[in-house]
Amino acid sequence: MVLGPRATPELIEQTRAAMGLDRPFALQMITFFGNLLRGDMGVDVFTGRSVTTTVMEALPYTLALITASILWAAAIGIPLGAYSSIRRNTWIDRVTGILSVGTISIPSFVMALYSVLIFAVWLRWLPAIGAGEGFGGQIVHLILPAFAVGVPWVGYIARIVRASMLEIMGESHVRMARAFGLTERRITRAYVLRIAVLPAVTLIGAGVAHLFSAAVFVEVIFARPGIGALIVSAVNERNYTIVLGAVLVTTAIIVLATLISDIIIAWLDPRQREGM
Amino acid sequence: MGDVATTYKQPSALCIYARQLAQNPMGLMGAILVLIIVGIAVFGPWLAPYDPNQIMIGPRMGPPSAAHWLGTDHLGRDLLSRVIAGGRIAMLVAFVTLGAAMTVGLALGLIAGYGPKWLDNILLLVFDAIRSFPVIVFGLAVVTLIGPSLYTVILVVAITSIPIYARIVRTQTQTLRNAEFILAEKAMGAGTLRILAVHVLPNVLGPLLILASMDVPMVIATEAGLSFLGMGVRPPAPSWGTILNDGYNFIRNSPWPVIAGSAPIILVTIGFTFLGEALRDIFDPKLRRAQ
Amino acid sequence: MNPETLLQVQNLSIEFGTSSGRLRALRGIDLEVPKGRIMGLVGESGCGKSTLAYSLSGLLAGNGEVSGGAILFDGADVTKMSDKELRDIRGRRVSMIFQDPMTALNPVITIGRQMLDIQYREPGTNAEKRARAARMLERVGIPDAAAQLGSYPHQFSGGMRQRVCIAMALLTKPDLLIADEPTTALDATLEVQIIELLRELQQEMDCAIVFVSHHLGTVAELCDDVTLMYAGEVVERGSVRDVFHNPAHPYTQALLECDPARMKVATRQLPTIPGMLPNLVDVPQGCIFASRCQHVWERCRSAHPHLSKTATVGHRAACHLLDAEGRT
Repeated sequence: MVLGPRATPELIEQTRAAMGLDRPFALQMITFFGNLLRGDMGVDVFTGRSVTTTVMEALPYTLALITASILWAAAIGIPLGAYSSIRRNTWIDRVTGILSVGTISIPSFVMALYSVLIFAVWLRWLPAIGAGEGFGGQIVHLILPAFAVGVPWVGYIARIVRASMLEIMGESHVRMARAFGLTERRITRAYVLRIAVLPAVTLIGAGVAHLFSAAVFVEVIFARPGIGALIVSAVNERNYTIVLGAVLVTTAIIVLATLISDIIIAWLDPRQREGM
Repeated sequence: MGDVATTYKQPSALCIYARQLAQNPMGLMGAILVLIIVGIAVFGPWLAPYDPNQIMIGPRMGPPSAAHWLGTDHLGRDLLSRVIAGGRIAMLVAFVTLGAAMTVGLALGLIAGYGPKWLDNILLLVFDAIRSFPVIVFGLAVVTLIGPSLYTVILVVAITSIPIYARIVRTQTQTLRNAEFILAEKAMGAGTLRILAVHVLPNVLGPLLILASMDVPMVIATEAGLSFLGMGVRPPAPSWGTILNDGYNFIRNSPWPVIAGSAPIILVTIGFTFLGEALRDIFDPKLRRAQ
Repeated sequence: MNPETLLQVQNLSIEFGTSSGRLRALRGIDLEVPKGRIMGLVGESGCGKSTLAYSLSGLLAGNGEVSGGAILFDGADVTKMSDKELRDIRGRRVSMIFQDPMTALNPVITIGRQMLDIQYREPGTNAEKRARAARMLERVGIPDAAAQLGSYPHQFSGGMRQRVCIAMALLTKPDLLIADEPTTALDATLEVQIIELLRELQQEMDCAIVFVSHHLGTVAELCDDVTLMYAGEVVERGSVRDVFHNPAHPYTQALLECDPARMKVATRQLPTIPGMLPNLVDVPQGCIFASRCQHVWERCRSAHPHLSKTATVGHRAACHLLDAEGRT
């Protein structure tokens, strides 16, 4: 199948034996999953390299992109949401509201294309291609991709933080804090915000899947050698083993992300620690 | 919830809601955008100035001009005509997939909400698994298996959208399942199918339609995205995604193809999102939580 | 003003802006709390007693507005204070205990931290403040108090949480404690313990308490004075003994008859006061209780009664019957 229509019968036989395809199907599955548990996802038949090596080489680029995107989005989105909940119905609240609704569903590839167009082609401020050399170069090459992936999340996070701030502001422990003469500043920062970010953390944890989708486009557009770009090229080449390997690693990362968000929530919210 | 169902029976109530929509500036803007976009998609063949695939003798990568309002692409094709034709494809995908996803989602949601507990658990597990996996990565994996085509796109988007609808139907069904009037009907001997058709269905239709309206941008983005990657609609068919892909390859020569391909995506997104938000606020502010 | 008076509410009116109009929640409230006394504030749900309690430390909900009158706390008008001035008295001179201890404490911050935070204006090092907090917790009956400073609210039961709230409220030795139905959310045995604790602490610290309750028995047990409210007005006030033994207002009489603990004849039916609370957006002319009163006469429907003296000194009620009797 991978060898194409012009493969000779001998070559097919040889390949089948090398890949273990001549053995019974059940045995193949057992071998595959057994190897998987040892972190071995087989060999890429195109290059002869281990799939694990190829995928693991790509993974750091994707993780760096996703982490950078979500960090800057949270760094802007949380204060923005908190601020608009305190200054409700002011122009900044309305602008935040409209912008977040507008940006949440703009696809990441549109965002990425415009970042390339504006910052790389017109203004020539930032590089648009590749992942960069050295630490500084990598950071510079990360700016535009992380911008494109993170923009919708700013609105998303701001919105949910605003909503939960408003809800918590009405709870009676806030009234009690006021009754004890604590300043509004202290109440919002120490007493309310800490609870209000919890839904945002859950949202981000569950949103890692969306981040991966966005990363696929952004990596292709910015030619970053991450998992997304790897999957796309593997699909073009019909390189099943790489696609399978990349999908498995993606799944593992998503599970891991859920776990991390649970840990962060437990750290922020003592009520959640009991069950852990 | 209840008033959502009654709207469809009473035109007067519908009028009230239309007036409420008109008073919401964002919602009104969304509704107008949606009407224009759907109108252009429906009447596209009559509106488009040229054949979307016809290669012109004029300039390639040309900027907007009187002859070509949005300019021309790298082969000299008229971008406006391609965008209009792409809109037809996008709307086709949106309506077919959302129709399919809503139907299947409705059925699965009713089963999960009204059926035995173990079936509910299994379905929930499947829904969660689908929801927690990246749509595009899933799409790419499907493309690897069955090859890129318009139908692959429809299949991928439909499968990934089903859980949204199924979940809300399930929640609604479970709430209604133990409502007193339903228990009373049951006691009087009403069959499951009758209860589902008469009481549950009208109550879930409103939320479903609102969700679908908010889901259109996602569907269109997925179609355009897969086509952009060369995994969706095959060239030379003019999807917004393929227009963007062509434009991306020549982004350093001319920005117009990228702008022409992305502008309708942005407008569709804003239009349907604002409309959906307004509808949700009017019909059911609690829907956000149920999601 | 009498130097022994700590709190004096004069002709206070509060309105809430609602979608159906301005709700006149409190109208012409007059009351006085002397230093070191416990005053019960009694009435049905919705009579405005909690609104009054919150307004005493300027904690009205966002849509509430003082539309007239004054609240003089130690001579200064709370209704005219700036946010900063209000913060200065809150938690130092006026403290509050809330109805539901389950939601009154911040769920993600330790008890110790919360008790430290409210002492931010007090002198002393953090260690001293922690020690003070631990002593106070111990005083309200939290076992192993010093170690509990690191606990979170959800690790305590409802009764224990209310004890923590009381400890917090009395930590800064306030002159006035406002207790908004502090035992309503607790079960009966806990209620007795909390009331007992409040009484002991009040004697130790010599603070005044405004005790909001709808439970007559509790008020009779704890309070020195009592003020009865009905639909946003004070209908009767006086010492607990006078009011409970010699109720002057028909509403007080009806309320006492409905109290199961005071019924002398066994019955299978709990007595109730027939009728409903009047509409406070469009307040009826005349006596506010007229529509439910058994002794209503023509003057009740036309003229609004003022708090008039009864036979006993300090005991007042707002009823035309009293005027009539007083004259004859």
